[in-house]
Amino acid sequence: MKTCLIVDDSSVIRKVARRILEGLEFQIQEAEDGEQALDMCRRQLPEAILLDWNMPKMDGYEFLRSLRRLPGGDSPKVVFCTTENDVAHIARALHAGANEYIMKPFDKEIVEAKFQEVGLI
Amino acid sequence: MIAQDFDYLRRYLKERSGLVLSADKQYLAESRLLPVARKYHLADLGLLTAQLRAAPNGPLGGDVIAAMMTNESFFFRDKLPFDYFKVRLLPALVAARSREKRVRIWCAAASTGQEPYSLAMILHELGPALAGWRVELLATDIANDVLEKARSGIYSQFEVQRGLPIQQLVRHFNQTGDVWQIASDIRGMVTFKVFNLLNDFAALGVFDIVFCRNVLIYFDQPTKSGVLNRLGRVVAPDGYLVLGAAETVVGLTENFSPMPDHRGVYVPKAARVMAPPLAPEQPRPLPIPRVIAGGER
Repeated sequence: MKTCLIVDDSSVIRKVARRILEGLEFQIQEAEDGEQALDMCRRQLPEAILLDWNMPKMDGYEFLRSLRRLPGGDSPKVVFCTTENDVAHIARALHAGANEYIMKPFDKEIVEAKFQEVGLI
Repeated sequence: MIAQDFDYLRRYLKERSGLVLSADKQYLAESRLLPVARKYHLADLGLLTAQLRAAPNGPLGGDVIAAMMTNESFFFRDKLPFDYFKVRLLPALVAARSREKRVRIWCAAASTGQEPYSLAMILHELGPALAGWRVELLATDIANDVLEKARSGIYSQFEVQRGLPIQQLVRHFNQTGDVWQIASDIRGMVTFKVFNLLNDFAALGVFDIVFCRNVLIYFDQPTKSGVLNRLGRVVAPDGYLVLGAAETVVGLTENFSPMPDHRGVYVPKAARVMAPPLAPEQPRPLPIPRVIAGGER
């Protein structure tokens, strides 16, 4: 079973994403912000990360840049999932090493399609 | 809706569009046709059916057919047919057409345009080797309203997230508020046209590749056979027919046979020598297409 780390400061979004991803047979871990997520990744890297942009302490963009500098940090597939839906943010995310990008609001079909796109399903 | 009106409607849809509406789908007809009745200021579906009987060739008929069609579509739907198109079918045709430098592609059930635009994006990205080629991409559908949306190239945030990789969204679309419009150079590669698959295809000319996906499933067996037999006359002898994942030619026509190891791809039955496949990681560079609109061979 593949592991997915859901990083979002909204417990509602984490709950919705967890339900969708467990339905796709992922083992789920959760983090409330980028700092907590980075600590978890230092201990063990997941196969997938579903990542919000705006979070307290460390935002998604800074987390991604830090993650990619960790040993083995280029291996997790990172899918942004955010309300930052403009081209500039998308381009920044891709430049920082995001593999895919989900614009909120989202549904199960979109998450499934994006995870398929990056070879996680 | 009374039974007689529903029976008339089923016959009308079958004769005019090929759509087979089973007897247990009255709820579907009612839910989809009530908005049409409102549009024509008709109080109920009895009056709608009466007007349809009085003027079966009028605009109401077109709206009734359009409302009953299922137009779900998304970019790069099922992925595999587009991979085949990119690494196998198109390179084989480019090799075979190196003298005439012309390729004709038909999306026979284009709906809201995601399929032809997916092909257009592939053609656009394949790059410089198609310089001087004429690549025609004809996209047809029976319903004008879905083609209007297709022509606009405007899609919601939900629509652009189903099947479309984010890099291609950024590369080929312009964002306006909450909607995304496909770039004019991609839009300009596709010619949209209203066309009924029950009609004769001869006037459309001969095609090298026909995508006829996820439409035969709505037809009965004789209608499927009719469409496939007519396709047999417009697909080039060394061309390809691409059907949906739930569709087949088996038992329906003698004109096509499945292409080995390429699910959903069919070739005309006449003996042919297949071009060798290209390795996916080493696609043959293709020239930039000089795309022209419509036209006939």
